Formats: sequence, structure tokens, C-alpha cells
Amino acid sequence: MFIKQLSVFIENQEGRLEQVLEVLKQEGINIISLSLADTSEYGLLRLITSDPAAGQAALKKQGFSAMLTDVLAVRLAHQVGRLQEILSFVCKAGLNVEYMYALSNKEGDASIICKISNGDEAAVLLKSKEVELFSQEDILRIFC
Amino acid sequence: MIWAKEETMSRAEIEEIQLKRLTETVNRVYAKVGPYREKMDQAGVVPSDIKTLKDLSKLPFVTKQDMRDNYPFGLFAVPKDELVRIHASSGTTGKPTVVGYTKKDLKMWTECVSRIAAMGGATEKDVAQICFGYGMFTGALGLHFGLENMGAALVPSSTGNSEKQIMYMKDFGTTLLVATPSYALRLGEVAKEMGLDPKKDLQVKIGLVGSELLTEAMRGEMHKLWGEDMLVTSNYGMSELMGPGVSGECEYLCGMHINEDYFIPEIINPKTGEVLPPGEKGELVITCIYKEALPLIRYRTKDITRLIYEPCKCGRTTVRMENLSGRTDDMLKIRGVNVFPSQIEEVLLGIEEIGPHYEIIVTRKNHSDLLEIRVELVKPVDVYRELEALEKKIKHKLRIVLGLDAKIRLESPNTLKRFEGKAQRVKDLRKEV
Repeated sequence: MFIKQLSVFIENQEGRLEQVLEVLKQEGINIISLSLADTSEYGLLRLITSDPAAGQAALKKQGFSAMLTDVLAVRLAHQVGRLQEILSFVCKAGLNVEYMYALSNKEGDASIICKISNGDEAAVLLKSKEVELFSQEDILRIFC
Repeated sequence: MIWAKEETMSRAEIEEIQLKRLTETVNRVYAKVGPYREKMDQAGVVPSDIKTLKDLSKLPFVTKQDMRDNYPFGLFAVPKDELVRIHASSGTTGKPTVVGYTKKDLKMWTECVSRIAAMGGATEKDVAQICFGYGMFTGALGLHFGLENMGAALVPSSTGNSEKQIMYMKDFGTTLLVATPSYALRLGEVAKEMGLDPKKDLQVKIGLVGSELLTEAMRGEMHKLWGEDMLVTSNYGMSELMGPGVSGECEYLCGMHINEDYFIPEIINPKTGEVLPPGEKGELVITCIYKEALPLIRYRTKDITRLIYEPCKCGRTTVRMENLSGRTDDMLKIRGVNVFPSQIEEVLLGIEEIGPHYEIIVTRKNHSDLLEIRVELVKPVDVYRELEALEKKIKHKLRIVLGLDAKIRLESPNTLKRFEGKAQRVKDLRKEV
């Protein structure tokens, strides 16, 4: 139902992002999707990877503050209004989207990663509306 | 365990010994130490003026500058061939300060350290690992001979190579750790990185820490890492006075007992030099009354504390000095407000999302002081809201204690510098502009 996102705290400094990517490369971890937002002082890097647990362990070992977060990976048909429709279910249920970013998909349709305020409730809700959610296994199978 | 009978004498007995030793010392110093005789002459005081302990306040002070001005041996009261050891303090600016010892001085030093080790719970059964840097610094050798005299098994591992330090601790069954508080924390972290739990896999139950302030928050961090049952005591000294062994905490952790048969403490107003009544807070001034080579009289330590004369539950009758609240040297004046780094430390260590390491940076921009504090984020976060809330919380707590706004910089774990000797966590960049 959920997939594991790797979240890394990085100082807004030259070379910090590259150091994170270097660690993941050394571990042979493939990055499927990412989002990077920044303030003047620091950034949060959110990653969907082929092996989130190994990525977290390797980053921690190198002194990064890294954690695993449960997020929803939602399959979307490439259609006008589909994302709006899904969000309308979420909003009507009184839930909030904390963040969202796109997930590349080899199969041709669109997909997104999103973190919703009450993840369990959101997952049950979307399933009841027949919205397709990817599992961790799906991610490995479809995206890697 | 109380090491020496001198620690439980009555006030009258202590004062009798002090007066006798003080007058002997003043006579000897006046006869043998030219620069101090000149100071006394200028102040219009002669040795025979010292008739009671109160008369001590008639004597002029000695400062670190006097030691520098008389580098290296100008304040010594014995000829050089009577020295058996020479130490020097790290001179970060200019010449170091040099201290010397006769055979009798070393014996006294050893006795003083054995006393403070006993206060801190040490016995002859302990395996004591000394993680102070050996060399010209008095800390390591001071503790070394005091603990050896007690009969403990010494592991003189010095600083550095922290993994090996942990290996010794594990394989030798170290029960007592001597280190600065910051290095003791670092060693605990290294043990964890090696996959060991210091509480279970190591047997360290006593921490004798010194050479740096031990705040209550830092003591709490030590317990978190090394176990709640560890007895962590701080002890006090400085090379100018002898080295470690001037005073130490007993198991009741209510101030450091001063070895009063060897040192007379006073508290003064650091601005006026006037002696303050018992119990008031001010700068600690120490007179050495039993030393041969370098018997400093009324040495200004620059450490801020107060003296507690009430008897202690441990049975010792010697006066206690409250754990230091800072050094006049360390005090920062930021936007007109006096700030001791120890106040900042107390706040930071009480916040669980950040680690025990920090750096304080003071700069000046547009004629205004800026206080910036770097801390390590140890609890990972996934949303900005939490980072902002954490910054806000730290700022708020600092404002309550300091009355100042600080800029908080969150950093990844293990980015801030770790220290093996004295930690240097303050960067005051205003002077350089």
C-alpha cells in the first residue's frame, strides 16, 4: 500500500547533494524519482530508490540525517482532470497533501508520489475509489 | 572514602594550619621572588603585616600576565637545580606560562590528586584509563601519579586513536575514565559506531572529568551514553596553581571540596578586586601555601564561582566551590548582554532533537552583534514544518535564558568538530573585523 521514501536533510552548501548521490552510487542504488526543495540554509531531498533501507544505512554511516517515510505512489491515467479528481476525494475527506512530486513510469501513464496527512485513511479512501496504488514490489518491477 | 585526615579537620584547625603556612610562604616569596617583592613594596606591605588570614587581602594579586612577563622562571622561589619537573600551559597567544615542581611539590600534588580521586569514587581496585593528552599539559600526569599512588591500575592511553581507546576499555576492563567531558562524549559515540553499547559492553562506572566546564546538562549527556549508574564528578585545578587536584566533587555532587591545607580560596569582585563576603559569586582567587617552586600568592583564576562553607554530607569539612559558571575570559558580551557559553550549552543539551555538539559564532554586521549557533540534527525529519518548529523552539528557549535572539543553523550529524582536549566551541569573529 505504501512505499518507502528516503528523506535526507542536507545543508545548502556546495557539493552536499553530490555527496549524497555519490554514497548511493557506491551502494549500487538506483534513483527512480526525486524531489529537492530548499531554503537558504538547508534542503530536504526526497528519493524513491531501488533499495531505500540500504540507502538509509549507507547515508547514516556517512553522517547524513536520513529517514524512511511511508508515502503513496499513485498511478494516474494520462488524462486531463485525473489528478484533480483524485485530489477532490482527498479534500472532501478533510485530508491534506503535505507534498507531492512526479514519478517517472516506463509504462506510459503518469504517476505521482504523495504524502497525505493521514496516510492510512488516505490509502483506504483511494482504494475504495479504485485508484491504483503501487506497492514496493511494483516499484522494483515497473520502474527499475 | 576520605583519603586524608586533613579533609575532616575543624575550621579552627584548618585556619591554624593555613595561617602558619601562609606566613611562611609570604616570608619566603618576599625574600626570594624579586618581581613579587616589588609588587609588595609598591603596595606598601611587608611580610610581618600578615598576622591573620584576613590580612591576606592586603597582598597584591598575581595574574597570568605576571607569569608571561617573567617567562620562564622569574616567579620561581627555588634555584633551577631544585626543580624535578617543568610543565607549560598551551600558549594560544604569545609565550606559554611555565610552571616547575620540586620533589616535595610533586609529593603534594600526588597527595592532592589521590584525595580528589577518592572523592570521585576511585579505589585501588579501579582500572583507570587516562584519556588526557600526555605532555606539557599538567592534566594527564597529575591524574596519573595521583591514581597510581592510590593503587589503581593505570592505562595511560592519552588522546587520539579513539577506536583503540575503546578496545583497551573493553579488553582491559577499564572502570574509570579520565577525560574532558567533550572527549568522554566522543569516546561514547565511537563505542557506539563500533557496535558497542557503553552501558552494557564496557564497565566504566566512574568518570573523573576536568579541564573543561562540566555543566549539569553535560553530566546528563554522559549518563545517557555511559549509563545512569556512572558517577561523573568534575575536578578543578590549573597548571599555574599545580595542575588538577585543587578541588573535586564528592559523591553528593554539591560543589568541589578545596584542599584547604594547601590552598586558600577567596572570592573577589573581578572589576574592583575587593574581597566578597562568603557565599557571594565572583572571581576565584587562590593562594598556594605549601608549594616550594612556584608559590603563587593571590592568583587570579578568572573562574567565576562561590564558596560554600556549610558542612557536606560526605563528612569532609573543607570549603566547597560551586561548579563553575564560567570564566571571565569566556564571557561574551553580545549586544550589551553578558553571555556565558555554559548557559547556551545548558539550553542546547536539553533539546533531544539535536546532538550534544555545538558551535557558537559571534560576528558583527552593520554595527550590531550577531549570535549564530550551529547544532547537529540527530532526529531525522521529512517535512520543513518540523525543521522550522525545531528552530523556533531552540530560539525561544535561548531567548528565555539569554534575553537574546540567536540564529540557529541545523547541520547533519558528525559535521561539527570533535575535541580530544579542551573543546573550543566559541568563535568570536568580531575582533578580526
